[in-house]
Order: sequence, then structure tokens, then C-alpha cells
Amino acid sequence: MDVFSDPLNRDVYITGFLWILKLTLAGGAGALVLGVVLAAMRVSPIPVLRGFGTAWVNIFRNTPLTLIIFFCYFGLFSTLGFSVVDDIDLNNFWLGTIGLSVYTAAFVCEAIRSGINTVPAGQAEAARAVGMTFLQTLTIIVLPQAGRAVIAPLGSILIALCKNSTIVGTIGLMESSNAMKELINANGNAVVPIFLVFAGTFAIVLIPTGYAFGWLANRLAVKR
Amino acid sequence: MSTDAVLYDHPGPKAKARNLVLTIVFGIALLGLLYWIYSRFDEEGQWAGSLWKPFTEGSTWTDYILPGLKGTLQAAAVAMVLSLAFGIIFAVGRLSDHWWVRVPAGVVVEFFRAVPLLLLMFFIFFGVPFLTEQPMSIFWAVVIGLTLYNGSVLAEAFRAGVYSVPRGQSEAAYAIGMRKGQVMTHILIPQAARAMLPVIVSQLVVLVKDTALGYIISYSELIQLGVNNLSANYGNVLQAAIVAAVIYIVVNTILTTFAGWLSRRTRRKGRAPRAAGATTQQATIEPGLGGGGGGTL
Repeated sequence: MDVFSDPLNRDVYITGFLWILKLTLAGGAGALVLGVVLAAMRVSPIPVLRGFGTAWVNIFRNTPLTLIIFFCYFGLFSTLGFSVVDDIDLNNFWLGTIGLSVYTAAFVCEAIRSGINTVPAGQAEAARAVGMTFLQTLTIIVLPQAGRAVIAPLGSILIALCKNSTIVGTIGLMESSNAMKELINANGNAVVPIFLVFAGTFAIVLIPTGYAFGWLANRLAVKR
Repeated sequence: MSTDAVLYDHPGPKAKARNLVLTIVFGIALLGLLYWIYSRFDEEGQWAGSLWKPFTEGSTWTDYILPGLKGTLQAAAVAMVLSLAFGIIFAVGRLSDHWWVRVPAGVVVEFFRAVPLLLLMFFIFFGVPFLTEQPMSIFWAVVIGLTLYNGSVLAEAFRAGVYSVPRGQSEAAYAIGMRKGQVMTHILIPQAARAMLPVIVSQLVVLVKDTALGYIISYSELIQLGVNNLSANYGNVLQAAIVAAVIYIVVNTILTTFAGWLSRRTRRKGRAPRAAGATTQQATIEPGLGGGGGGTL
């Protein structure tokens, strides 16, 4: 553990995980909003929107995240000249967030759609019977019940997102995996402790998070 | 609940008119979006024939894309076999009656499920050579990383599958005098594998996509050769990335279609146990994968 008594190394470790935290929060927020909208599109009465939602899911779910992040940097930024802010690190962060959001949104959309399938048909039929429109049925009756059924899947999507945010390191952000690589290359005598600290941080945070979501899902499940 | 025509009434004349208007509005918005992308490409000269032409030449495919695809599929195939074996072994380990088998197996599975695969690959490729004092083969760094991670996820899938097999199955097997090992290999695992087929295949799709992480440690796979090296020669990153994405989508769609066919085929025999028993509604979302840090996309 001598490696981490050096404040410089500790800084590398802390900045690495701060990037992961920021990417997870920003990517999660983006993916949730986008995913709910896509799910609404996929069950809507309008064929154009259904097609758009389906195409989105099939394209982004089957493309590796590495390629999407790569595309965000070399395609959007380098080739098409799309940039969010001037600061290079911050710009990479936002490009990474875009990549994580569009990728994860496809999974959020599918989770919510299968959540909608757990709501008994009678609920939507009753809503229609009292004269609700499609949007009212969806937002007042179906989605709140579906939301409670998808807590567990959304939890594992969030956990996966957190792990996936290390991939933003591809475009040069000094997130945890790049930080670990740097420390390993500088301290060849302490490879195992370095790995255990980095991997352990993920495990200590993510394993309880997984169980917490499982507990929450049980507690909030719609009893039928 | 099947979503078609349950969330909304069969459209009458008024709703038909409204849907038509909305279709046109959103259709125009969509075309606008496509045009915006087109013009963005156009401004930067990305439609230039010289950037797309390489993909019509045989040498581009034989020199870059096909060798890259071969690297991807090779790593994926080896890792698939190894992670299925790893998954079965550790699932059985976690179900063991002996605590000294059960606990270490559980720790290994939970740990590798919670650690990002990229971190694991970095450790295997950059860290392990410091310990063994030999250079690490890049192919095996990718394959071992993929195996440890996906194998752990599959172990949980198999375990959930074994729990979903009705108790009577193993009781009957014990009653006719089978041993513990026989019950596991002859009765539980085959049924568990069938019940968990959708989860297993979606994990294999994840595995194919995860080979792309090999690019980051410069393993010669599809992104490395077909995008990085190709575009270094022709200056067409955007185009190469789009072609590579299409290839990934095709490969994964084939895998998913095969899985759909396989699960229809096994269902027709009517023997596959329903995952998680009566609560099939929950099971359609996430067939019984328990807690822990195992989110996988």
C-alpha cells in the first residue's frame, strides 16, 4: 500500500474515480430521459415513431460501446467539428457522456418496454374506458406501475453504466482504468495492490448497490 | 399485456386524422434530422467518393476488414467456450454443499462481476507481465479478461436456472438413486441451460461486443484493423466506423435470430421449465439474476 501514501498517486486515484462518478451521473441522467422517450415512442400509435425507436434500439444495442465512443471522438469531434466546450478534458467528458447516453438509452428503453408488458391489460383498458388519451394512459396509469417493476433491471443497467464509463478512457480521459495503467507502469513492484485497490473500489461500491436495488425492487413491487 | 392496440383505442375517423397529422409532423422532423446529418457530412466533405470508394475494392476487405473480423470472431469464439465452462463450474461450485467450495466460488463470481472488464484487461496485459516477468500474449489477455467477466455473469445465470428447475426433478433423481454429481449433470444443468437460454445468448452478444475492448490494448480486431489502420491509410475514420458498426450489427443480429429460433425450437417440445415459476411476468424482465454488482450490457 506504499504506492497510495504518495499524495501524487492518491490524486491520480481520486481524479480517476471522480471522472467515473461524473460520467455515471451525467450518462445515467441522459440515458434515463432518452430511454423513457424511446420507450414511449415504441408503444405509440404513430408508425414513424415506432420505427424510429426500433431502429435506435437495434443499432445502438448491437454496436460495441468502444466503437460508439470512438465515433463520438473521431467522428463527431475530429471530423465533423462538433465540440461542446473548449477545455479538452471537459470536452472529452461530454463526448463520452453522449456516447454512454445513446448506448445505454437503448437498454433503458427495452427494460421499460418489458416493464410495460408486466402491467395487466385491464389497467390500460380501464383507463381507456374512462376516456383517457394515449398519453394520459401511458403517463398516469401504465408508466408509474411499469416503473416499479423495472427498478431491478434499471439498477443493473446503472451498474453496467458505471463499469462501462471506464471505456471513455479510450479517448484520453484519465478515468480509473487509465489511472490504474499509469500507476502500474510507474510502480512495477506493486502491481497486485494497485489492481486490488482499483478493482476493490468498484466491488465495494457496486456489489452493495446491486443488493440495494434488489431490496428496493422487492419493497416497491406492485403486489398482484 | 401486449402493447399493440391496448394502450390506445382502434382509431376512429378523428383519431385517424390526428395520427396522420402527427405522422406527417414527426416524419418531417425525422427527415429534417437526417438532412441535418447529411448537410453536416456535406460541409466537411465527407461524401467525397474517395472516402467511400475503398469499400468497393477487394484489397480493403482482404487486408483490413476481414482479418479484423477474424480476430474479433476468434477471440469471441474461444472466450465463449471458456466462459461457458467457467460459468458451469462456478455455478456448480456456488451450489455446493461444502462451505469451503461455496464461499470462494461466490467471492470469485461476485468480484469479477463487479469489476469493469477494461480494468481487468489492463491488469492482465500491463500488470501481469511484471509478476511473471514474461510478455503477455495480447490474444490471451483479451480472452482471459472476457472469460473471467462473462464466465462470472454466466455462472449467475446458470445458478438462477438451476433454482428455476422444479424441486420434484432433483427429488425424483435422488429417489431413483442418482448421486449428487449425476443429478447436477444429468438433470439440473441441461434444464437450467434451456430455461436460461435467452440470458445466455444475450450474454454471448455482450461478449462479442466486448471483444472491441481489445482495441484499447491494441489487439488486432475489427476496430483496430478495420477502422484505425484503414483510416490511417485513406483518412476516412467516419466511413470506416460506420462500416464496422454495420458488421457488428449484422453479426449480433445473426446471433440473436439464432437464439430466437433455438428457443422456439426448444419450447415446442414443451419441456423447458418456466424461469422463476409462477411469476413469469417478472421473469420476462430479468430471469432471476440476483443482486450484486453484476449489471451487464
